[in-house]
Amino acid sequence: MKSAVIVFPASNCDRDAATALKDITGKTPAMVWHQDSELPEVDLVVLPGGFAYGDYLRCGAMAAQSQVMKAIKAHAEKGGAVLGICNGFQVLTEAGLLPGALMRNAGLKFVCKPVTLSVEETQSAFTRKYEKGQSVSFPVAHGEGNYYADGDTLDRLEGEGRVMFRYQDNPNGSARDIAGILNPKRNVLGLMPHPERVVDPTTGGTDGRALFQSLIEALS
Amino acid sequence: MTITPELIREHGLSDEEYARIKALLGRDANLVELGVFSVMWSEHCSYKSTRTHLKTLPTKGPHVIQGPGENAGVIDIGDGDACIFKMESHNHPSFIEPYQGAATGVGGIMRDVFTMGARPIAMMNALRFGEPDHPKTRHLVSGVISGIGGYGNCMGVPTVGGEVNFHRSYNGNILVNAMCVGLAKKDRIFLSAAKGAGNPVVYVGSKTGRDGIHGATMASAEFNEDSEEKRPTVQVGDPFTEKLLLEACLELMATDAIIAIQDMGAAGLTSSSAEMADKGGSGIELDLDKVPQREENMTAYEMLLSESQERMLAVLKPGREAEAEKIFRKWELDFAVIGKTTDTHRFIARHKGQVVADIPVTALSNEAPVYERPFVRRAPAQGEPAYDKKRPVTQSLVQLLATPDMASRRWVWEQYDHSVMNDTVEPPGSDAAVVRVHGTKKALAMTTDVTPRYCRADPFEGGKQAVAEAWRNLTASGATPLAVTDNLNYGNPQKPEIMWQIVAGIEGIGEACRALDFPVIGGNCSLYNETNGEGILPTPAIGGVGLIKDVSRRATMGFKREGDVIILIGETKGHLGQSIYLREIEGKEDGAAPPVDLAAERRHGDFVRGLIEKGRVDTAHDLSDGGLLVAIAEMAMKDGIGASIGQASLADAIAFFFGEDQARYLIAAPFAEAEKIVAEARAATIPVAELGKTGGDVLVIDDKERVSLKQLRDGYEGWFPRFMAQEEIPLSN
Repeated sequence: MKSAVIVFPASNCDRDAATALKDITGKTPAMVWHQDSELPEVDLVVLPGGFAYGDYLRCGAMAAQSQVMKAIKAHAEKGGAVLGICNGFQVLTEAGLLPGALMRNAGLKFVCKPVTLSVEETQSAFTRKYEKGQSVSFPVAHGEGNYYADGDTLDRLEGEGRVMFRYQDNPNGSARDIAGILNPKRNVLGLMPHPERVVDPTTGGTDGRALFQSLIEALS
Repeated sequence: MTITPELIREHGLSDEEYARIKALLGRDANLVELGVFSVMWSEHCSYKSTRTHLKTLPTKGPHVIQGPGENAGVIDIGDGDACIFKMESHNHPSFIEPYQGAATGVGGIMRDVFTMGARPIAMMNALRFGEPDHPKTRHLVSGVISGIGGYGNCMGVPTVGGEVNFHRSYNGNILVNAMCVGLAKKDRIFLSAAKGAGNPVVYVGSKTGRDGIHGATMASAEFNEDSEEKRPTVQVGDPFTEKLLLEACLELMATDAIIAIQDMGAAGLTSSSAEMADKGGSGIELDLDKVPQREENMTAYEMLLSESQERMLAVLKPGREAEAEKIFRKWELDFAVIGKTTDTHRFIARHKGQVVADIPVTALSNEAPVYERPFVRRAPAQGEPAYDKKRPVTQSLVQLLATPDMASRRWVWEQYDHSVMNDTVEPPGSDAAVVRVHGTKKALAMTTDVTPRYCRADPFEGGKQAVAEAWRNLTASGATPLAVTDNLNYGNPQKPEIMWQIVAGIEGIGEACRALDFPVIGGNCSLYNETNGEGILPTPAIGGVGLIKDVSRRATMGFKREGDVIILIGETKGHLGQSIYLREIEGKEDGAAPPVDLAAERRHGDFVRGLIEKGRVDTAHDLSDGGLLVAIAEMAMKDGIGASIGQASLADAIAFFFGEDQARYLIAAPFAEAEKIVAEARAATIPVAELGKTGGDVLVIDDKERVSLKQLRDGYEGWFPRFMAQEEIPLSN
């Protein structure tokens, strides 16, 4: 599986994503600068966590208008896999690749801690190596991770099996405890928790590895 | 403009100091020059009250690459790697505007570290607030914590630990000390000496505005009721620009274009340029018309004294400007050649064709006043206050764990991204935070410590204790302590009793650092921490860093297995003077501070570290605030394994369980290993006692008293969230 990590000026989980990809896939991902208009030939594009252009506006709002997003949209339309983590999820909703929005945490504070998630669906390139209903621990680290969408959209997400991860103890007020969702074509995943921070037993656990292993199996 | 006595005083200078300025210049100063002198000769920049005492600190050691005097200290951590770190205060700004004050404190210390070529890998802090019931405390706690998080989280540098304490002496003068730890290659360290003449001086980063003018002077004065009016002197932080500046600087540093580089911190353009020229033994000429400006019609005075954030000054090799500019343009930052180095040894600034300042460089550095401030030696507090010996131990434990200084700081550190960069091995909430050196099996342990109530009772022993506790915290994690940075927070040095606290504190720190081979490689003094004449508790915060060679061999405080034997290392005399127990349970802040036996610290610490390094012990905890029983409770609550322990010595249970004797550790190990450890300790004449066993979900004491971990945790975890839930937005700040 070949992958690319998008680098906005204030991305700050780009190295973490690249380290995890290199470790698990054995291949160094391409690092793609936000002003690039083309992507290299890859199976997976990762939009990493961070603050894109500072996010003094709505998180991800400016990144959604960036040069590289056009190429990412084209990649997604062709069926290529896109994984947006944390700020990457915010960018994907702002860019219209995923429905809904991520609002300020209900507690109004930034929150960084491990959270227990249940894997809701395993019918996807991102979760096939997990078991349905499995509990996994990923850390969250965000100030704006409160997922919102209107009732119809939420019903549709649930009805179509597109809610991939749910919080067991909701840290941010997200609607229906939603932590991660898929697009209708099931090739774009956005989630607030950080799977790339749980790939090493020395630094907090290995529950995130199966997500990347799922992608290898699905995309190689 | 004539320089009047009023103008001199407004600039925080004394008449004698101005007379000296005139002598150095051979004429009257103009207003711009007066401004330049006022910041360079401020306590904050010149260390004029402390310099002679700071010189007594040990600053050398086999692994010290760079001691005090640069932007940060540097130590060798093997394999060609270097660790660069420093702690610095942002107390006064944080009291006036807590969010921006704390945020820019974080930004400033990060620049100190990355200007030397390091990528910041961890942030720590040491915070002191007024008493919880004070009407301002919640607002300040909330603002400072959000500010630290807001800046560090955006930078993508994990904030991994620190201290938060409350005491009424900080009601009008909180302390915000931030520490940054970075990594560089040993042969790629950048210094600030602008050697050579004719080299271009370049300005990079944000534009210069009118913010923060005279910040260094403000930080060198006492507060009064009018301090709120100083709000415009607090700078505003922009972590996005800092992130760009970090990446751009590291990219430029990968080339060999830089001769010298320094961040523009306190006293901005003035101090960075004057210090670089001074260290390089050169002169510097600045053309202020070339300075990127955010506002219109800025004067030379404003540009030279502005403390706008996220700016750096570098001296490049001639002809490398275009290459450097390309990098900064890529990161969309300002870049301007604003001057050159000279061989005149003069600091010269031009504006609109006029020379607006012309000062010998040494007048701003070596010739700055140094004071031998008078001090009165005070006898340390003595004795031990009386207390009720019948009080049940478990009841007191439950109470203690739910007090402001002892309760869990989870509410605080969950607002800091402590796991970004994916190398955080031990997150906040332990003796020391542990962060792996990326891509290796090495790790750095780090801690910040000081016990201000000990320092008030006995400034000398308190100084020793701060160092000893930092050393112990690193040791308990399995690290070899390597070096410290100190952040000396005191009141007004012109008061002889305060000057004594400073002098004795530095002596104590020096003695402990020498005895423990734990040199001071950098630091910062924050004086005049007083409001309306009331000084803070003396608070010399120590930031310590240690190395773990193999991260798989380390220890954490939580009990790991049922049935482990709990072993106490070190002697328990039951010292209750200045203890948390007496303060919180009996309401007494009296008595002698616990004495620190540095030889015992060393022997006990080396013994414990040896066990951890050999992989024989994975559970260890340093004993400090609250004493033995609090430490046991922390070890039990961490991973939910209880313990049954007995009173191993002393007749008085309260003294045994809550005394704050130093040089002690608790460790736990399976039975067979524990027996060997106890025998080895005895053979080495290290005081050792078996206290009991781990297991269950309760703490049982002497088979009589018991308390559930749930009950302990409710108070311990509950205090901070309950306290902050009552936060209100004040009508006026």
